[in-house]
Amino acid sequence: MSAIARPMGRSLTAAGPMGGQMRRFTATAGVTLLAITIVSAFLMPLAYMLATAFKDESQLTAVGAPLYPAVPDTFTYEGRDYAVYDVPTPDGEVHAWALIEPHREDASFIDPENPDAGPIEWVGRWRTLQQHWTFQLNVDNFVNAWNTIEFPRLFFNTFAIAALSTIGAVASAICVAYGFSRFRFPGRNGLFIVMLATIILPFQVTLIPSYAVYLQFGWVGTWLPLIIPHFFGNAYNVFLLRQYFLTIPRDLDEAAMIDGAGPFRILRSVIIPQAIPAIVAVTLFHFFWAWNEYFLPLVYLQGVPDLQPLAVGLARFNALYSQIPTLLQAAALMAMALPVLVFFFAQRAFMRGVVFGGVEK
Amino acid sequence: MAVSTGRLRGRFADREARAGLLFVAPFIVGFLAFSALPMLASLVLSLTNFDPRAPDEIRFIGLDNYGRMLRDPILLESLWVTVRFALIVVPLSLGFALGVAMLVNSTLLAGRNVFRTLFYMPMQIPIVASTLVWIGVLHAQTGWLNQALGTVGVTGPNWLHSTTWVGPALALMGLWGIGNMMLIFLAGLQSVPTELYDAAKVDGAGRIASFRHVTLPMISPVLFYNLIIALIATFQYFTQAFVISNGRGDPDGATNFLNLYLYRQAFGFFNMGYASALAWLLFIIVLGLTILLFRTAGSWVYQGGDR
Repeated sequence: MSAIARPMGRSLTAAGPMGGQMRRFTATAGVTLLAITIVSAFLMPLAYMLATAFKDESQLTAVGAPLYPAVPDTFTYEGRDYAVYDVPTPDGEVHAWALIEPHREDASFIDPENPDAGPIEWVGRWRTLQQHWTFQLNVDNFVNAWNTIEFPRLFFNTFAIAALSTIGAVASAICVAYGFSRFRFPGRNGLFIVMLATIILPFQVTLIPSYAVYLQFGWVGTWLPLIIPHFFGNAYNVFLLRQYFLTIPRDLDEAAMIDGAGPFRILRSVIIPQAIPAIVAVTLFHFFWAWNEYFLPLVYLQGVPDLQPLAVGLARFNALYSQIPTLLQAAALMAMALPVLVFFFAQRAFMRGVVFGGVEK
Repeated sequence: MAVSTGRLRGRFADREARAGLLFVAPFIVGFLAFSALPMLASLVLSLTNFDPRAPDEIRFIGLDNYGRMLRDPILLESLWVTVRFALIVVPLSLGFALGVAMLVNSTLLAGRNVFRTLFYMPMQIPIVASTLVWIGVLHAQTGWLNQALGTVGVTGPNWLHSTTWVGPALALMGLWGIGNMMLIFLAGLQSVPTELYDAAKVDGAGRIASFRHVTLPMISPVLFYNLIIALIATFQYFTQAFVISNGRGDPDGATNFLNLYLYRQAFGFFNMGYASALAWLLFIIVLGLTILLFRTAGSWVYQGGDR
């Protein structure tokens, strides 16, 4: 574990055990406060998104509008609606009063809490006053976004593409990783290095010939180019699983082998049950990688809006409605809800997987 | 290898090799079909004027596409845009990721797992969605960033529509992608033996000295790994630039990153011969940088004795 910034040893001698504890408490409070500040700034855009998604469009440009979703207050007095303002009085208080009769240098207000008391005369320029806003969530943005970009269809497309390609990716990665980790065959190490080298191969290099071939096959404008290539073992996934398989004791394979189990049987009843955490990590990674993928669906599903996934549909939506931030933020919120929720439920699996794939060489 | 395994191996060596090849066969087939052959084909295409709308008119034009690169001012500008962005975003994200990793590794931090989760979380947001959120936050008038700057008397720029500020704005957006880097740094920090810090303290090293002389050298392997991944990702930068400019590279070519230019040549103008040559340029840059980094690695990356 970390040994960074541990003042313990020194403080014990300097101020005695009580002083040391006190100082450690102060240091913990300081560091935690710093972390809260940084994480708040870091996640501020999410607060912006939440607030904006629930606002009425007019609130964005209204002068004096609060940051949270709200509407300007009105009060009905004797059958008419009057705007409510924050009115300061000489005693230093600020009242939310409805403006019923504005003049240049003075005005009459009604106290909505106590309308029977009649108009209150106030001296001052009412134009300098700010409107009084009341917190109110506006869900119209979600309804509008949901209907304009056909969210259900985009969701279904995204889910179907991600699920199908994940099935292929996980099954093939298990298979290939098993081959690399448990069997000796000529050229194994060379092949493994070739596989790792594909990680730095930019996909753009293979993009254009692949596109030309898929065009010949009639695959352009279908999901096939987004699914089929994942059935052949991706280097990241294979690497992560192989590393994990290597940590499974060979005694288990040998025991199964002595019982007469063949390679498939060993894979199914020894390796896979032992490697569930790594398999879960690979599944989650690949599923959400596919869920978020933008470039290839953009290339292969250009002009076929009915088959496009969420990412492509959302960018198209942005191009059309870039002038209406409230609608865009509602759409963004809906698009991120599922991945973020799943992440919070499965964060351990995710975060362990990253470290496993990235560091353990 | 255990003795018993060795004996089994002798007897079943052939069968084992066959089974092994069978299991890795998907990779071999996939590598040939989706990497090796397309790579070769793209090299060949880069020597032609291939246009998928008129495949029959394909002609071999030698190195013309590569010569054209030298005379293409938009390409040179796009390379400059990409390199300049790399110079901002790579150090910024590495530094921020390392800082956050040290923060969430500190024993003085209460609720470390909560913070780790929160700093990682934006990784999980679909990039198009997070880009839409940032477009809103960076809006010149209604965005919260400029409103916050306004409260301290600073008039913020029109971030995404200014050729000067769009690069820094995209780099800022990039901080939401530090999750993996942070976790990898964290694992690196956790593997530094505590005794080294104790020894440094005995030698009178302060916090900064022990960071420079203990932490940095000990985590240099993960720093190296993160640096390579970050550089490769930067040269393939696409989605955010595409979404904020609707694929046009606006404002005034300031977001016309190499990969975006390649996309427009291939799928906007259908100059697929030229685009293949651009893909090879991209590959050679990435490969060259990787080799260069590996060459210099010996002088600054710590190699543990037991590896």
